[in-house]
Amino acid sequence: MEEKELILTDEMFEKLDDSEKNSEFIAMQSKTFLKDAWGRFKKNKLALFGLVFLTFMIICAIFVPMLSPYTYEGQDMMTRNVLPNAQHWFGTDKLGRDIMVRVFYGARISLAIGFSTAFINLIIGILYGGIAGYVGGAVDMIMMRIIDVIYAVPSLLYVVLILMVFGNSITSMMLAICATSWISMARQVRAQIMSLKEMEFSLAAKVIGASDMRILLKHLVINAIGPIIVCLTMMVPSAIFTESFLSFVGIGLDPTIPSWGILANDCRPLLFTYPIQIIWPITAICLTILSLNFVGDGLGEAFDNNRR
Amino acid sequence: MLKYIVKRLLIGCVTLFILATITFFGVKAMPGDPFTQDNKVMSKETYAALEAKYGLDKPVGEQYIIYLNNALHGDFGESLSKKGQQVSDIIIRRAPVTAKLGIVAFFLAIIVGLTLGIVSALTKKRWVNSVITAFATFGVSIPGFLFAMIMMYIFGVKLHLLPVMNLETPKHYIMPSIALSLSSISMITRLTRSSLRDEMHKDYITLARSKGTKEIGVIIKHGLKNALLPVITYCGPMFAGLVTGSMVIETLFTIPGIGAEFTKSITNRDYTLVMGLTLFFGAIVIVMNLVSDIVAAIVDPRIKLGK
Repeated sequence: MEEKELILTDEMFEKLDDSEKNSEFIAMQSKTFLKDAWGRFKKNKLALFGLVFLTFMIICAIFVPMLSPYTYEGQDMMTRNVLPNAQHWFGTDKLGRDIMVRVFYGARISLAIGFSTAFINLIIGILYGGIAGYVGGAVDMIMMRIIDVIYAVPSLLYVVLILMVFGNSITSMMLAICATSWISMARQVRAQIMSLKEMEFSLAAKVIGASDMRILLKHLVINAIGPIIVCLTMMVPSAIFTESFLSFVGIGLDPTIPSWGILANDCRPLLFTYPIQIIWPITAICLTILSLNFVGDGLGEAFDNNRR
Repeated sequence: MLKYIVKRLLIGCVTLFILATITFFGVKAMPGDPFTQDNKVMSKETYAALEAKYGLDKPVGEQYIIYLNNALHGDFGESLSKKGQQVSDIIIRRAPVTAKLGIVAFFLAIIVGLTLGIVSALTKKRWVNSVITAFATFGVSIPGFLFAMIMMYIFGVKLHLLPVMNLETPKHYIMPSIALSLSSISMITRLTRSSLRDEMHKDYITLARSKGTKEIGVIIKHGLKNALLPVITYCGPMFAGLVTGSMVIETLFTIPGIGAEFTKSITNRDYTLVMGLTLFFGAIVIVMNLVSDIVAAIVDPRIKLGK
């Protein structure tokens, strides 16, 4: 390269633009916590697939029963056990009901049970685990012993009992699943809170005079949001699993409600004659649970602070 | 150690007591009663006689105390739907069937899970690892009973290779035990892989290698021994899974075990049987949890019990 002679002109001594001031300053673009996590989540192909499939499932669950000419309970004795065709994309069942509508109506029920139980667990878990972790001492000890006692017995036994007492409606199914599944959330929250409350920002908040409730909810829980969200995502598939498990055995929801477990149970006697019918609910359950697990794993990696 | 076991047993007893209480009052609060299920019209006298026979005419509090007292002596009362049969007799008759299937499933889960986990942790071939990871992921996500139905269709209906009902010959065990242990196999595979992988990078492994121990000895005697801990602690929850799983698998394969009996007793509203079986399941899981915790403490002295 040829060296140029340096000529000083007035232009060189003009003030720089503000934008150029920091051009030498090397730093990563500042991102919010969620943006950062989303960036990492996007790179995980399986998690992204899970998210896309779930979105697809939710859209279908909303619109297929609305737009289809059939209803989930409309029987047609002329078209019983029809194989998939142009009128009935998934075929019909033993009473001539359209399976596609039933599967996506079942998606409404199963997803509703999954998400609402997860949400209820979130609230109970944060309060219970938060108080146990934040207060500590004897309160913590007693609260944890209660959890130990509940946890020692397979949760399904409690679920079955509650269902027997309160009947086989969707609401009692949600209640029954919530009765035991909040425990994992409470444990997770407690563990997070216990380590976070020792940190300086918590002390700082206290020094300023923030109330305990404010410190707990505004400072500690917010900082533990990553593990909480992961735990939340993992609760949805387990609730869907519990519902389909119980309904499949015949001790879950009322047989007239077309949840996925009931659909699979309906097809059970037809396994030898019309095996095609069982494929739809099985595929729906498996893919949904798989997608939710993928999303959960992806979120777990995305929120993992050590991977930054 | 002894102190810890005693303490855990005490907690276990308290848990069982609470479970018994919840079960008793839950069953009392249930709609429907066990005598009128056949739609038979019953005179008031017959009804009262039946209630008196089963002690259902006494106040609830008294019934509760009688029930607890009898349960302590191993007497869970008479089944309401199967006339003349003691609940404890039903348990004794049905439990061995479930136990046999459960033991097969347990060892299947341990052997297959450990093997897959070890292979996946040590293999240098990427595709082997991917296949095992994919299997473990699917195994956790696919409910065992749905997998059972897929297997029933392929091997039972299409290929006529395996029987789809009952438990008579060893062949009968194949599908139910795979279906029952599917999720446990996947969990053990995941646990073994991640913990063995961590262990194999530690200093003592390098030391063992540099001292000239054969690679197989390094893996089994040093790596695996230390990597087993998460698997052992998982055995407790796994038992709970096998117990609850047996309810659906036994119903599906019409196996006359205790799980199928439980689901039947619920649909029949057989109060005493439901209570007896719930307590039985609870007790088994509590004991198994305790056993797996103690074994974990024996294997790994770093765990301080009672803390």
